[in-house]
Amino acid sequence: MSFARAAEISAYLKKYTVGIAGCGGLGSNCAVALARAGVGKLVIADYDIVTNHNLNRQYYFHDQIGRLKVHALRENIQRINPDVSVKAFDLKLCTSDIVDLYSKCDVIVEAFDKAEMKYMIIETVLSRIPGKPLVVGVGMAGWGSTNLLHSRYSENLIICGDETSEVSDSLPVLAPRVGIVAHMQANEVLNILLKEFKPVDE
Amino acid sequence: MKINLNNKSESFEKEQLTITELLALKNYTFKMLVVKINGELVRRHEFDKAIVRDGDDVMVLHLVTGG
Repeated sequence: MSFARAAEISAYLKKYTVGIAGCGGLGSNCAVALARAGVGKLVIADYDIVTNHNLNRQYYFHDQIGRLKVHALRENIQRINPDVSVKAFDLKLCTSDIVDLYSKCDVIVEAFDKAEMKYMIIETVLSRIPGKPLVVGVGMAGWGSTNLLHSRYSENLIICGDETSEVSDSLPVLAPRVGIVAHMQANEVLNILLKEFKPVDE
Repeated sequence: MKINLNNKSESFEKEQLTITELLALKNYTFKMLVVKINGELVRRHEFDKAIVRDGDDVMVLHLVTGG
């Protein structure tokens, strides 16, 4: 029976669009989770290419080194779920791009690396696209301390992470913890999109 | 005054504080801070002017690099 319910959820999610800003450790893993769940359309943006150093945590493969992340991620998503429509933008997002690309999305996921970029998208969405749900990832460097990871809600701004651990030479971002936060973000997206979901047999 | 700071009740001797004063009292010395008063975003250049009063709900988010 659980297969039927999962299929029903997937069919329900088809009408929604989620914007993902950044395709690194947070964005690539979050996008894949949302594609598996059945979100109909993903709008992804990043300017970077896949390097060997990305493979310790980001959803790319060794034979994709040197390719644009947005193109590699679109390919990976379509190999997982060909029903997902992926709009891929090869650009370094600025304030006006965020308004242009993400205003029509149902939910926006912040998946940048740099604190300055996180600030930029939060300020842009809160002031230029007020009311739009924005799920951000803050603090996931290192390993262990799973219990410090949490979700915090401030109106339409949802914060996932430990809010303290900053990446440094001695504290890198590694697959498990960034993967947990990326999936927490995807989970918060589903929580928003499924708010009015009513199973047929209940 | 008594305010709600990051979902916790906090008391201050002063009847009102600017965001800059509040951040100093709470030892928030970080650069990348997102601040909301009663759900409204306060931009960085307004930290000296924006006033927190009794009963206000204040959200402070410290952004760190990594992702």
